[in-house]
Amino acid sequence: MKILIAPRMERCIGCHSCSLACARFVHKRLSWDTAGIRIRTSGGLSTGFEAKTCLACNPAPCAQACPTGAYSQRRGGGVIVRKKLCIRCGACAKACPVDAIYLDPTVEPFVCIHCGRCVPYCPHDCLETKEVVTEAAAVTKGEEVQL
Amino acid sequence: MIRDYFRVLTINLTLGQSTIVEVAGRNEVAGGSGLAALLFNKYGQMDKPWDDPEQPLIFTIGPLTGYFPLMSKTVCAFKSPYHNQFAESHAGGRSALALRFADLDGVVITGKAAKPVCISLGSRHIQIKEVHYLWGMDVFTTGKYLRQMFSGSGHRSILRIGPAGERGSPIAGINADTYRHFGRLGGGAVMGIKNIKGIAIQGDAAFLLPDNKDYPKLFEEVYKQLTDTDMMSKYHDIGTPINVIPLNKLKALPVRNLQQTSDPNIAGISGEKFAEVALLRNNACSGCPVGCIHIGFVREQFAKEHRFLYRQVSYDHEPIFATGSMLGVLDCFRVLDIIDVVERMGLDVMSGGVALAWATEALEKGIVSEKETIIPLKFGDAEGYKEAMKHLAMGTNEFYQALSRGTMVAAERYNGKDFACVLGQEMAGYATGEVYFTAQALGFRHSHLDSAGYSYDQKTEEKNAGKAADFLVKDEQGRVFLTSMLACLFARGVYNDELLGKCLNSVGYTDLAGRIPDVSRHIQKLRWKTRVATGFDPKSVSIPKRFTEIVTWKGAIDTEYLQNLKDEYAKRIIELSADDDKKTKEET
Repeated sequence: MKILIAPRMERCIGCHSCSLACARFVHKRLSWDTAGIRIRTSGGLSTGFEAKTCLACNPAPCAQACPTGAYSQRRGGGVIVRKKLCIRCGACAKACPVDAIYLDPTVEPFVCIHCGRCVPYCPHDCLETKEVVTEAAAVTKGEEVQL
Repeated sequence: MIRDYFRVLTINLTLGQSTIVEVAGRNEVAGGSGLAALLFNKYGQMDKPWDDPEQPLIFTIGPLTGYFPLMSKTVCAFKSPYHNQFAESHAGGRSALALRFADLDGVVITGKAAKPVCISLGSRHIQIKEVHYLWGMDVFTTGKYLRQMFSGSGHRSILRIGPAGERGSPIAGINADTYRHFGRLGGGAVMGIKNIKGIAIQGDAAFLLPDNKDYPKLFEEVYKQLTDTDMMSKYHDIGTPINVIPLNKLKALPVRNLQQTSDPNIAGISGEKFAEVALLRNNACSGCPVGCIHIGFVREQFAKEHRFLYRQVSYDHEPIFATGSMLGVLDCFRVLDIIDVVERMGLDVMSGGVALAWATEALEKGIVSEKETIIPLKFGDAEGYKEAMKHLAMGTNEFYQALSRGTMVAAERYNGKDFACVLGQEMAGYATGEVYFTAQALGFRHSHLDSAGYSYDQKTEEKNAGKAADFLVKDEQGRVFLTSMLACLFARGVYNDELLGKCLNSVGYTDLAGRIPDVSRHIQKLRWKTRVATGFDPKSVSIPKRFTEIVTWKGAIDTEYLQNLKDEYAKRIIELSADDDKKTKEET
């Protein structure tokens, strides 16, 4: 399994191409919010940029917080989200320790699915997908449903 | 958001009220420059002065903003304090995407606030907040406070002014997101006169994309074209300062108030030199992967024990010309020092540099004394210029008050018009010859980007005024459609009419896509009509003697050709402003 990582954010120029690509190609929206990766400054444009994106936790606190099973643990880290099961409670975003989940005004959650669609759109190669070793035994409650 | 009308937020500061207005005309004026002219005709007062509270301050974006890469600029339009006529100034940064995601095609601000205010707006809020405590603060300090006061880090744009704008100086700009500017023709003064210290635009909406396969496919193609080819490498690599050395070799770089057109020591401020020793990093406008914003650093020792502070200063060809070659300052770090002061004061850097270049020569010639200049201005003395920029912004005495109203105002007052480097406004960093001088002097924005006059000078030997004027009109027409989309003009080599048609079609603007020649001609005419209605007379434009005294690679300036060009271009502008649409349709 691969996960998205942002190991070279010092190179980021703040063009938002990654967020816009994610929203455009994954979530079918024009947005820099409804995306699995969002760019913000570290305190003004003179201080550089940081990426708000899923760290691929395993176990994922957001999945543990989800009361309906809409979030389930993804093998290798991160989560799989089935929006049909989501009741828009926002518990996932509250549980995320790094504010990686965006809630739109209807409380619909947007989180990285580690597909890597954003990676080729970064002009400075800040992002990459990385292979992670999965533990066959690490199966959680939600994972049976996803299969 | 795709719609066949414009969704415009109007704010009346006198009443403290705002409303959303649906304005018709998408298929006639497209957006951006066209929309700005349309809105000025709707809300502007042609006969009243620029500082009448009723006059609007307008911001617009285009139909492709956010939908395609490099569609990343915003048009700001107003009646200019510089010449009391309709004017446009353009800026990159974040404001274009922030407005898109605030779900607005335009913002029109009229009236005058009773006390200094900051306007905060987004897709779900509008707030007018009193900020009297920020009045008097420089641009960067203001930005820091506004960032604390308003939410949305990363997805907002903060426009603000410094002391020059507060004072109503016609050479005050609007700072956009620290490193970009609505610099020219006095937008900063328009904010200042309305008591607006800052505008924070939060882009907090999202839109469903067109339900077709064409759009994502075309987006990928355009993105690849803009990033994989070497078409944009000039802007991505050294940036616009790559022009410094070639212009110097051509004897086409304004040096020391255009007393010279080259200097043997120019390497100290070349783009290559900046990149080698002073470039800290790059930034990008939102939605643009090119990242042409070059940010240099300066450090300053403030205590003996090797105690330093550092500042980050953005640079381009124009600021380098204005505060470097034009002032005889040929060290890149000293140039950044001066730009930094200009930024803090909220001056337009081109106007500020050219104004002080004139003042230096005026002092040399003895038509003014140190009583007027306060500082013993001397070409090459960066420290003196740093102090003088503050006087210029603050209007410390009568001399600086006149100079801060524009170089020609001071030149008329002190009898130094012959050597005032003014082409409609303070010149840009090209001295390529007759066509460029005419293009800037008469051009709509008095900008080197109105049309490619500088390129025509370099590529065409023939001195045919009619042909050159035709070129300027045609080139402007193409550019005005781009600035209505609203594309960065750096992408003009990629976004031709055919591609723009495809882009518009893919997102649903099919009618507009099929009418590009008609619409671009209509926008061009609407702008000129509006400009002329506010008092512009192209026949009355004069080009100061200094521009006829220079020598370029082509030799001396041909004054007869220059005069003929000016007459021909003026004639065409008058035709454009008078033409009716029916005739235009037949022509196109």
